Amino acid sequence: MPEIKVTPLGAGQDVGRSCILVSIAGKNVMLDCGMHMGYNDDRRFPDFSYITQNGRLTDFLDCVIISHFHLDHCGALPYFSEMVGYDGPIYMTHPTKAICPILLEDYRKITVDKKGETNFFTSQMIKDCMKKVVAVHLHQTVQVDEELEIKAYYAGHVLGAAMFQIKVGCESVVYTGDYNMTPDRHLGAAWIDKCRPDLLISESTYATTIRDSKRCRERDFLKKVHETVERGGKVLIPVFALGRAQELCILLETFWERMNLKAPIYFSTGLTEKANHYYKLFITWTNQKIRKTFVQRNMFEFKHIKAFDRAFADNPGPMV
Amino acid sequence: MAAHLKKRVYEEFTKVVQQQHEDLSAKKLRLTKPSKSAALHVDLCKATSPADALQYLLQFARKPVEVESVEGVVRILLEHYYKENDASVRLKIASLLGLLSKTAGFSPDCIMDDAINTLQNEKSHQVLAQLLDTLLVIGTKLPENPSVRMRLVEVACKHLTDSSHGVRNKCLQLIGCLGPVEKGVAKEAESQAAKDVQKIIGDHFNDQDPRVRTAAIKAMLQLHERGLKLQQAIYNQACKLLADDYEQVRSAAVQLIWVLSQLYPESIVPIPSSNEEIRLVDDAFGKICHMVSDGSWVVRVQAAKLLGSMQQVSSHFLEQTLDKKLMSDLRRKRTAHERAKELYSSGEFSSGRKWGDDAPKEEIDTGAVNLIESGACGAFVHGLEDEMYEVRIAAVEALCMLAQSSPSFAEKCLDFLVDMFNDEIEEVRLQSIHTMRKISNNITLREDQLDTVLAVLEDSSRDIREALHELLCCTNVSTKEGIHLALVELLKNLTKYPTDRESIWKCLKFLGSRHPTLVLPLVPELLSTHPFFDTPEPDMDDPAYIAVLVLIFNAAKSCPTMPALFSDHTFRHYAYLRDSLSHLVPPLRLPGRKLVSSTVSPSITPHEDPSQQFLHQSLERVYNFQHLDPQGIQELLEFTIRDLQRLGELQSELAGMADFTATYLQCQLLLIKALQEKLWNVAAPLYLKQNALASAAAKQILEETYKMEFMYSGVESRQVVIIHHMRLQAKALQLIVTARTTRGVEPLFGMCEKFLQEVDSFQRCFISELPHMQGSFVDKLLDLMPRLVTSKPSEVVKILQTTLRQSTFLHLPLPEQLHRATANIIEPTGESDNPLRFTSGLVVALDVDATLEHVQDPQGTVKVQVLYPDGQAQLIHPKPADFRNPGPGRHRLITQVYLSHTAWTEPCQIEVRLLLAYNSNRSKASTRSPKSTWSESLEGLPPSENGIEGTIPFSKPVKVYIMPKPARR
Repeated sequence: MPEIKVTPLGAGQDVGRSCILVSIAGKNVMLDCGMHMGYNDDRRFPDFSYITQNGRLTDFLDCVIISHFHLDHCGALPYFSEMVGYDGPIYMTHPTKAICPILLEDYRKITVDKKGETNFFTSQMIKDCMKKVVAVHLHQTVQVDEELEIKAYYAGHVLGAAMFQIKVGCESVVYTGDYNMTPDRHLGAAWIDKCRPDLLISESTYATTIRDSKRCRERDFLKKVHETVERGGKVLIPVFALGRAQELCILLETFWERMNLKAPIYFSTGLTEKANHYYKLFITWTNQKIRKTFVQRNMFEFKHIKAFDRAFADNPGPMV
Repeated sequence: MAAHLKKRVYEEFTKVVQQQHEDLSAKKLRLTKPSKSAALHVDLCKATSPADALQYLLQFARKPVEVESVEGVVRILLEHYYKENDASVRLKIASLLGLLSKTAGFSPDCIMDDAINTLQNEKSHQVLAQLLDTLLVIGTKLPENPSVRMRLVEVACKHLTDSSHGVRNKCLQLIGCLGPVEKGVAKEAESQAAKDVQKIIGDHFNDQDPRVRTAAIKAMLQLHERGLKLQQAIYNQACKLLADDYEQVRSAAVQLIWVLSQLYPESIVPIPSSNEEIRLVDDAFGKICHMVSDGSWVVRVQAAKLLGSMQQVSSHFLEQTLDKKLMSDLRRKRTAHERAKELYSSGEFSSGRKWGDDAPKEEIDTGAVNLIESGACGAFVHGLEDEMYEVRIAAVEALCMLAQSSPSFAEKCLDFLVDMFNDEIEEVRLQSIHTMRKISNNITLREDQLDTVLAVLEDSSRDIREALHELLCCTNVSTKEGIHLALVELLKNLTKYPTDRESIWKCLKFLGSRHPTLVLPLVPELLSTHPFFDTPEPDMDDPAYIAVLVLIFNAAKSCPTMPALFSDHTFRHYAYLRDSLSHLVPPLRLPGRKLVSSTVSPSITPHEDPSQQFLHQSLERVYNFQHLDPQGIQELLEFTIRDLQRLGELQSELAGMADFTATYLQCQLLLIKALQEKLWNVAAPLYLKQNALASAAAKQILEETYKMEFMYSGVESRQVVIIHHMRLQAKALQLIVTARTTRGVEPLFGMCEKFLQEVDSFQRCFISELPHMQGSFVDKLLDLMPRLVTSKPSEVVKILQTTLRQSTFLHLPLPEQLHRATANIIEPTGESDNPLRFTSGLVVALDVDATLEHVQDPQGTVKVQVLYPDGQAQLIHPKPADFRNPGPGRHRLITQVYLSHTAWTEPCQIEVRLLLAYNSNRSKASTRSPKSTWSESLEGLPPSENGIEGTIPFSKPVKVYIMPKPARR
């Protein structure tokens, strides 16, 4: 009886620090390498000593797979590869590879520059780490070595998020990462073959929740924004995750277009702006509507939405 | 399809060549024929390698073969087939055999035996498959021969055990197309065979190859299409196939299940895991619902579409499809729909929503939740939230069809449809609005739903807004607040998009007339009247005020107490609006207003019969005038024309008919008048003036006949003959007039010849109608034809003149329905005094908005003409996408016309009108030929060689004030 062994190094019963070790038919694969938002000490990264006590990481692991660019799935990567030391291949999709360093750099800035921590990875380390990354396409079967092969599937959630099928011989594991079955404003729904894996590792954050239809929620939200703007008020929307910001931008942009509204929309510069650049590039990863509209124009080239400047804050009139 | 196409091409090809052969002499034809098959034979014998042989065959395939020589060619091919060792050559021969047996007129039963023989010795799978295909062709060519079919089916059954999927595929296809379906006299044997066929196909549902599985299901469906009643036993097999790994199989299986559910809706099937039993249609419905969440979107679309046509399903199952329960951390939560409904029914209208009223309520026992809820649950919820908009549209369509047949379901799905109004894709929004309109007689909108519906009014897409106006026209609103809300939102819409004026007024008209009692309590507020004080009189030209009045007046029509609430100026405004916007403001019975009240309504109550009778009587009278003196005839015609025109004005439903006949009589009158002219008796040169009159008459008749032919929809071939006959007479008249006025014979020759050609083509086109035309101009003319062809122009003219005079007047039989094409330009209105200023040399876009009625194929025929003051005319061809089709017989043209001109010193008016283009070649009796492209700007009517293309203005011209300014340097 073949054996598949799963060791969660993080993320069990918890949000953040996703890191799962899978041993399948003698091959060891690490799925995701995230950090934890809640801690500032050693607990923020997965405990790699579990592996290192028996030898070097590179010898032990056959490959590392990153499902998407959120920090709770890739935040520990430079620490893991540069500071602990790993030289094997790291697999991620093209958009993830593009956006991931931006987020890591931002994370580094906050921890090192703002909080003044030392003993943290440097910009150079991020760059070095990224050199070890192998980018994959959707549905592309990658032979890691003679026996181990991986294949990426579309997962929704954020740009470039993927589910991975890992196959050794006749055994296979599917790791979903974070995925989304209901399409949102800019991404489609997750999709996978009928691949019949031996083991399925799925995230389950909202598993016990059934939400109201997307249109209902959007309508409520837009109605409130619209009412405030009509009254001449200003709307401030705090968005914490990259990806959500883009979804909101698209949502507001299309609504503005539909209703012919004129009030300006701003987003705070920095991350969003940099990431928007990549969103424009990876149109094929987005949903049907955006792909269709792309023939005429790129939806991420917003007409109504501009980058924010502090000077705008006191401008008269409604704004979002 | 492809095969069909191929066949078509092939057939056409053969035809062409046969015509070529006609051109050759008969002798040559005989020479070429045997050489063809012989040549092939020689070629094939010469071929040393398989590649060579293949080349020869390919070349041969490009050339068509005549019917008579098919058999010979087939023999040669078969001969080579037996000798050939190379599989690819045999494959080509097999496909050629199939192609040849498709030749029209060739009966392939003679080659069938050979084809079957070859099958037995064949080793290559591809060749086998191709041979079976050939047999299929042969089989379909011989539909009346059951024994042949039986034999073919037997052959196919034998090869079903082949190891190649291609061969099995073809066998199944053959069985599907040729398997016996009819229950003949020998009932037992036949039904036995039928059962066998189904069983054989059914066995292949479990084939290891997905392509064969698909083919098996398709064959089964094919049998069904040909009328065989499928057995219920395959239902279970088909259900298993729904879980197949391959998309084509699932897609075909869904279809098969649907067919079965339509065949045996009431039979009972057991539910596997329990002892319960349900109706088959319900079970199938559940299964198809399950497929709405399939992995492949093609299957999803298909499943969603099929759901719409399953109307026998019980309501219990139907309502499950909309089931959705919200959960948050395993606790039940209420959906926004439920919350809204509760808020509404509790009577609270305060909008301040309490914090956390969507907080989760009841706890759910983890054990009680059955995660694998199979069946219908939430199928539409899934479908409507699908990623692909194709699926969403299909789901909306299915909802529409189901809701139309079940009012209770309509009520339930309302929330979801309203929800769809906010979809991100415009097509989906539009589709859901249309759907809602279709089911609107089953539903009443709650206020919160209305709120969402009305929010869409601000949409920037004109199509959406107009669809919504249409929807509001036929919805039921439950409260007076709802009406008020709708009015407020519509007025908002009006200020934001002033171009929607007409549509909004129309919408309010229906809203008012549907809800008189709800409008009544709102009247004082809407008119802002006050019990004690006089309020200022509102501005009469304000579109918003007109909108309010339209609502009120239409409500007042069925609410006699309402006028008491009006103030003085309201009555005055009523009188004004009744005149200016009579289509929107109904006649009202107003107290103390004799002048206004009921001037129109009772005096001419539309009554179908008398006016129709009148029409026919007046026509009778005209047709019997033969014995009257010329003066009397003219007078009678004049009176009748006048009567008919008046009738057309009064009776809108008879307008087309009356106008049509009036035009015809007008032509006749003109003809008679022209023939009465004295000029015929006197030498030509003296009467240039009268002559002008006659030729003008001829020209006018020509124009009118084109109008008659192309402007009316519903004209049948019988009318077309008469019209063409009239045109022929006019042409004869023209010829006579020219003959009398021109000197020299040269030009006359050409004209005569042309005229005779026309007579000839008339005869050819309408040969079947000629017997009805006893004593007519053409009848006489055709009698004289042999003489005419040989005589000189002057004689021809003389003959024409006498026949024209002697010929009788043809009756114009009236078709059932006749409508005149009309167009009405709504925008620009032509009222503006402000010139449209633009820099000369640049272009300015003018929005044109017009409604077209009874125009067939407006995309091809309707043009916009712009006339500049300098006489320059521009013809603009609107884009096909500019035409919308809101209802049968109605079209809407919304387009932009680009104007440009050199600088003017002061503003001046240009005229914009719509034209109906026609092409005399494309008469209604004949099939339509593809339209020739139109030149952008053409002046006058360019007569082409084989048909006259022209235009008929069919809308009133609208004047637009423009001012091209000189460009600043």
